[in-house]
Amino acid sequence: MNRRRFHPRWFRRRTPIFWWLEKGVYVHFIVRELTSLGVAYAALLLVVQVGVLGAGDAAHARFTALLASPWAVAWHALLLATLVFHTLTWLHLAPKALVVKLGGRRVPNAAILAGHYLGWLAASALVVLVLVRS
Amino acid sequence: MGRPTEPFFWTLFSAGGMLAALVLPAVCFVLWIAAPLGWLATPDRAGWLALLASPLARFTLLALVALALFHWAHRFRYTLYDGLQLHHLYGLIATVCYGGATAVTLVAAYLLLRLG
Repeated sequence: MNRRRFHPRWFRRRTPIFWWLEKGVYVHFIVRELTSLGVAYAALLLVVQVGVLGAGDAAHARFTALLASPWAVAWHALLLATLVFHTLTWLHLAPKALVVKLGGRRVPNAAILAGHYLGWLAASALVVLVLVRS
Repeated sequence: MGRPTEPFFWTLFSAGGMLAALVLPAVCFVLWIAAPLGWLATPDRAGWLALLASPLARFTLLALVALALFHWAHRFRYTLYDGLQLHHLYGLIATVCYGGATAVTLVAAYLLLRLG
């Protein structure tokens, strides 16, 4: 059969791999998507810490010392920046995704955003309350 | 998309994204920056074990880990498709992302149960 041979070629322009470097908004989009790597890393590190916790006193002391090395702290400062970028971009999507009506009127976007920021503040306070010992 | 599993994974992505947005910056700051630098005091090993003795604490931690991983899996999958133009590897990328998230969640569940 010659059908395959004579099939017309699809006309498709190839998209270059680094298409997203062309514009600021594209870079913003890709960086936002890549914050998911920071989220996954944080989850993995929590799992590792649970493992270390179960592995005994010596292992726990060694890992605690490793976390206190300047490289680890610098690396996790970068992680914090990534996670905060995730939070800001995520919370700013909320007013676009949510239409809240109250008494037949649409709640303004700024109010929805403010509510989410308050939620972030409350959740952060709860985390500090649970994890920090005086 | 017309794929029946899509809303399911989207829900996990969305829940994980919200949970990660609300708690992970504080977790990262306290556990991996402030505590190692001595700015704040966190529990010692016995204190962590006591905290994680409650089933609620273990479940909360497992839920956070699982949802954060499924958030990553979903978002990173589409970043690879669109960012790197890998649409032809659809099945492989989906398997690696969701499979990886599932595997790490199972490991986390095992490690939490092992704490005794």
